Amino acid sequence: MSTSGKEPVAVVGVGQTKHVAARHDVSIAGLVREAAVRALADAELTWADIDAVVIGKAPDFFEGVMMPELYLADALGAVGKPMLRVHTAGSVGGSTALVASGLVAARVHRTVLTLAFEKQSESNAMWGLSLPVPFQQPLLAGAGGFFAPHVRAYMRRTGAPDTVGSLVAYKDRRNALKNPYAHLHEHDITLEKVQASPMLWDPIRYSETCPSSDGACAMVLTDRAGAARAPKAPAWLHGGAMRSEPTLFAGKDFVSPQAGKDCAADVYRQAGITDPRREIDAVEMYVPFSWYEPMWLENLGFAEEGEGWKLTEAGVTELDGDLPVNPSGGVLSTNPIGASGMIRFAEAALQVRGRAGEHQVPNARRAMGHAYGGGAQFFSMWLVGAEPPTS
Amino acid sequence: MPTTSRYARDVAVVAFAQSDHLRRTDELSEVEMVMPVLHEVLAATGLKAGEIGFTCSGSSDYLAGRAFSFTMTLDGVGAWPPISESHVEMDGAWALYEAWVKIQTGEADTALVYAYGKSSPGSVRDVLTRQLDPYYLAPLWPDSVALAALQARALIDAGQTDEAALAAVGARSRAAARHNPHAQLRGSVAQGDYQVAPLRTGDCPPVGDGAAAVILAAGDSARRLCERPAWITGIDHRIEAHGLGLRDLTDSPSTRLAAERAGFFDAPVDTAELHAPFSSQEVVLRKALGLGDEVTVNPSGGALAANPMMAAGLIRIGEAAARIHRGASDRAVAHATSGPCLQQNLVAVLEGDRA
Repeated sequence: MSTSGKEPVAVVGVGQTKHVAARHDVSIAGLVREAAVRALADAELTWADIDAVVIGKAPDFFEGVMMPELYLADALGAVGKPMLRVHTAGSVGGSTALVASGLVAARVHRTVLTLAFEKQSESNAMWGLSLPVPFQQPLLAGAGGFFAPHVRAYMRRTGAPDTVGSLVAYKDRRNALKNPYAHLHEHDITLEKVQASPMLWDPIRYSETCPSSDGACAMVLTDRAGAARAPKAPAWLHGGAMRSEPTLFAGKDFVSPQAGKDCAADVYRQAGITDPRREIDAVEMYVPFSWYEPMWLENLGFAEEGEGWKLTEAGVTELDGDLPVNPSGGVLSTNPIGASGMIRFAEAALQVRGRAGEHQVPNARRAMGHAYGGGAQFFSMWLVGAEPPTS
Repeated sequence: MPTTSRYARDVAVVAFAQSDHLRRTDELSEVEMVMPVLHEVLAATGLKAGEIGFTCSGSSDYLAGRAFSFTMTLDGVGAWPPISESHVEMDGAWALYEAWVKIQTGEADTALVYAYGKSSPGSVRDVLTRQLDPYYLAPLWPDSVALAALQARALIDAGQTDEAALAAVGARSRAAARHNPHAQLRGSVAQGDYQVAPLRTGDCPPVGDGAAAVILAAGDSARRLCERPAWITGIDHRIEAHGLGLRDLTDSPSTRLAAERAGFFDAPVDTAELHAPFSSQEVVLRKALGLGDEVTVNPSGGALAANPMMAAGLIRIGEAAARIHRGASDRAVAHATSGPCLQQNLVAVLEGDRA
């Protein structure tokens, strides 16, 4: 067996469900199977071609099923195969894809199905996230309550004008209109409507928050030989990394966490990227609250510290800008929490495969998928390209 | 050197630590339960958290009773500066598998794996019913002991065991646990009344709290960190159908397949650490692996002596490795299970360097 480096990993199939507030027509098993079947169809493979299944989702309390992979083994064709269940909070969709890619890169398996889902209509995500814990704030009221003070800190630190958040939301909701799988299709969206929406967690307005969605996303990952047989252009993995830091400690920078910076730096090193702003053609970034776009632009090295909001304001991150961010509409338009990270990774793959449809960025050769979770403490990212990696 | 090398890199368990497993630990948070174990396993190798290439943990939000419970224990690891880290909502044996894959890619040379679970805050029998098919099975609340009893009944009806033989499994396990200072039940334990017939108290695992940690290392790093590394010469895991009516409960084909893929059948083992929470499940696993009386089964006492949820599988790998470390075993098999009636199974083959 070769010990000369890792096996190159290719994305040869992508499948998503149409994300909606409540899929009353399918069970959890029906939901995940829909995405998996679409990914297999895209790759023109069958269940028999799959060697292992890696599944991820956010907390089990969201559906009220403990370790649902046990029950889902049959629906995902995993019987008789290895099945792994990843859970790294909001970053889980991304980490799940990375764990699956590791199986191929290590030459443990040749073709792996990876899938992430959330059926949030089975419960109430906000309160599922707000169970009381001794010695912690008695009520955070969901993720917005946790993140709003950090957005405030960003505004104070950078002097960004109040209007930047609404620009992001307006852009992402318009992009979503071009994505048939996106949850929110607000055909009558205007900037004024975003700005007039109710204040939820100051400074975050209703229209600057993500929806609660039911949905699933799946990918088929394979090795070099599998990619050679693929009927459609694959996306090649050029770099992937995870980084974690503690939730609470005195030195933590909640505005621009060190783990995010380190994770991006590792991915760029693997992919040979020295100037991300120039060398990356599209970014699918985990932006659950609109202000996180300018914040992550800085954290990921696309802008100098304090300058992220200027890129947003200048239209650089628009679909027709020179660094499109969330051409799919992003988490602000579609948020089945456990799947949201994988959707970012999968949309990046669709961009470099030239298969993103109406929200395709012309001639995208390198795209980044980004996810984060917990108290802005878990990060997972990958960079995919239209060409196979050279090293 | 390992006798077989089917993978890109030779990876070994170089250190193992576990807590004392107790019926209740009301005075300890999960972080407080995990931290001494982390410190102990790191001290055994002299490594610091920041020098570890990859960290992976296994636990369950449902036991903790809150979403994202593992974020708190990560604080206990001391993940600063930031670390490369992941988590499986599974027994820690699968966290070890993820870490082993990571080392195989060459992205890490060492890994810290830990797992923990507190069953005492709730009724674990009730909690585990939430693992079942949420539409057809979970609403009936069949608990874990009732499901294991179905399996035991199937075995007895098939003539593969009887109640006396099952009682002997429990008695042997707890007698072995006399030498295990961490075990929850040690020595002579009454067989007791039926919990769910045909299973009596003595056939069932104790309910308790506990944690465990393991350090993995590749090649020369393993030799530097451990006098006699426990090389993982094979590791694989397989899942079966969820529906109990779709399976032959007297057999475990997923264990057999995982063992085959892990190279278990290539040479004899002297030790088996089996994750069999119920006495009847040891019968099923012995058959699946074809274990004879010459193999020492569960010298630690196994899950019948201590069954901290989410850590008990990782402990089997740790106990098997520790026997190799101290020269009591040359080739051992470790097994972990998940889900009702042995639905999902992991098999690892561990070998020590021959003198």
